[in-house]
Amino acid sequence: MSLSDLGLIIGISLMYAAPLMYTALGGVMSENSGVVNIGLEGMMTIGAFVGTTVAYFSGSPWLGFLMGGLAGGVLALLHAIACVSFAADQVVSGIAINFLGPGLALFLSRVFFNGATMTAPIPLQNKIPRPMNNLFTKGSFLDLAFNQYATVYIAFLLVFIVWFLLYKTKIGLRIRAVGEHPKAADTLGINVFKVKYLAVILSGIFAGLGGASMSIAVVSNFRATLISGQGFIALAAMIFGKWTPQGSMWACLLFGAAQGIVVYLGGTDIKVSSQILEMIPYILTLIILMSFVGKATGPAANGVPYEKNEA
Amino acid sequence: MSKMKKILALLMIAVLAFTVVGCSGGDKADDAEKPAEQTEGEDNEATDEQLKITMVTDVGGVNDQSFNQSAWEGLQKADKDLGTKSDYQESHQDADFVPNLETALDAENDLIWGIGFKLADAVKAAAEENPDAKYAIVDFSYGDKTPDNVVGVVFKQEQPSFLVGYIAAMMSETGKVGFVGGMESEVITAFDYGYHAGVAYANKVADKDVKVLRQYAEAFDDPAKGKAIANSMYQQGADIVFHAAGGTGDGVIEAAKEQDKYAIGVDRDQNDLAPDNVITSAMKRVDVGVYNVVKDLKEGKFPGGTTVVYGLEEGAVDIAPTSDKHVPKEILDKVEEIKKLIIDGEIKVPVDEDSYEEYLKTLE
Repeated sequence: MSLSDLGLIIGISLMYAAPLMYTALGGVMSENSGVVNIGLEGMMTIGAFVGTTVAYFSGSPWLGFLMGGLAGGVLALLHAIACVSFAADQVVSGIAINFLGPGLALFLSRVFFNGATMTAPIPLQNKIPRPMNNLFTKGSFLDLAFNQYATVYIAFLLVFIVWFLLYKTKIGLRIRAVGEHPKAADTLGINVFKVKYLAVILSGIFAGLGGASMSIAVVSNFRATLISGQGFIALAAMIFGKWTPQGSMWACLLFGAAQGIVVYLGGTDIKVSSQILEMIPYILTLIILMSFVGKATGPAANGVPYEKNEA
Repeated sequence: MSKMKKILALLMIAVLAFTVVGCSGGDKADDAEKPAEQTEGEDNEATDEQLKITMVTDVGGVNDQSFNQSAWEGLQKADKDLGTKSDYQESHQDADFVPNLETALDAENDLIWGIGFKLADAVKAAAEENPDAKYAIVDFSYGDKTPDNVVGVVFKQEQPSFLVGYIAAMMSETGKVGFVGGMESEVITAFDYGYHAGVAYANKVADKDVKVLRQYAEAFDDPAKGKAIANSMYQQGADIVFHAAGGTGDGVIEAAKEQDKYAIGVDRDQNDLAPDNVITSAMKRVDVGVYNVVKDLKEGKFPGGTTVVYGLEEGAVDIAPTSDKHVPKEILDKVEEIKKLIIDGEIKVPVDEDSYEEYLKTLE
């Protein structure tokens, strides 16, 4: 294995992990405030669609990226209304969001693209920029590993921001307090509903950004199968990372690295059936989960709707 | 609060119901082509009556710019030329297949199409339960177990793969080309070995030594993986990569775009995805296959109980019409000659590993 092979594996890991990281951070936000968010997948899908569509029509990938996030946020608002204001079952609402996201994306795709279920591709120069493009020799270790789209680096930045927000600011403390013991938080004068709304909407925005980072960086168009399971993998990564932003990041990177290794091994002369190779990421995840991570315990009041007037 | 909950529950149900309705909708017949009289539930064999035909799409929907769209274009052509009346039912998830086939049956269609191998089980079950109805399925063969009221329509995907393999080998400057497969299956294997054989043929006739890198993504819906594999192939020195991997292939084409390399598309002309990088595509003309079967039905020659195989001869497979943008004319002229050789049986394009080994022996 040469240095450039290692570069390739790192590059693939980063490409794979970035959309998952955004979405997992979304899960971290929502669940730390005590709202289970199964709807990440649906929020990602709408984010992916809106991101690439806005980028296509406006010519600005950044506008597309932001609007993708916003679209995820709008779906999350529905989730928040259902789960926070109406104390509905959070899993049921999440599943509804997962139906709604792809359905809406397909419907809108037909409206905007002459009935087509996939959007037109954005030209290369209108994609999110690659800040280190042409900085290193083509095909060198550094080029293969770090010539990534800006969305990848923003994902890492966002991990830091969410960590700072949750553990170093007043509002972060409130979010966690609401997730652990909403009644206690309420008696201390914290507006539980407001905090939960904020966390859930941010969660949707992050998931939407994750989707958009698929559709305007990893590829350059949206089709119905683009987001197929990433939302759930991100959800798993969040649990794997014990509901912390940094833990989720490592989990996503691990999953990305496993995919990188699978692609690398598949390209070598080692004769392993590709079906078996395909299992590696999942088996690796299971092994690490069982041997190193230990018991994963989420916020105490996670998934329990908070109702003020209950005794 | 409990009243609120009830209202919310009702709203949720409404949303879900709406979603379900949305899934099975989309019955838009082409009214412009509708001839004057309309017959419903008439005898299927009547040739001068207007035939009613419907198709149930795969999850991509009717405008997927691939398979389903192509099939629908075939039916529309039949409406125009043969005076049939066509319609479609869209599926958005696998669970829609059975209800959609039932809707199609209730509408008393003379022929019901299932588009894509994913519908194979659903179509077979429906055909066995309703022996009086006629069914057809694209891209699947039940072999000896084909019910008498079903036609399987398959394509010789190895033939266009051979042609693009030849083009790839002739155009490669690095001496390495790549193949990215979706999942190993009969259909994808035929793409794989057809392509290999095309490269081997070019190596023989043009005295080249082009190698093929091959990798399967084990997914049709993972463009990130397609991109990773293509990047890895370009890194290993390949300069042209052919994919037969559905949505995964979007990532292959994306990698070509980013690395400024070449890619070869599949099923339809995929040049629009990256006009500077997709040099050609191995096309399956599902429309031609669908049209031919409808024509047979119209003429009372419905080939029930069999699998019909369409290839270059029927014009049902080909390379993309936009190939002349990137592929030099000499090579395209040679491709035309090779097509004739294939049609005449001079070249027997292999479909799997065994026939590929045999083919290599004939080249020596």
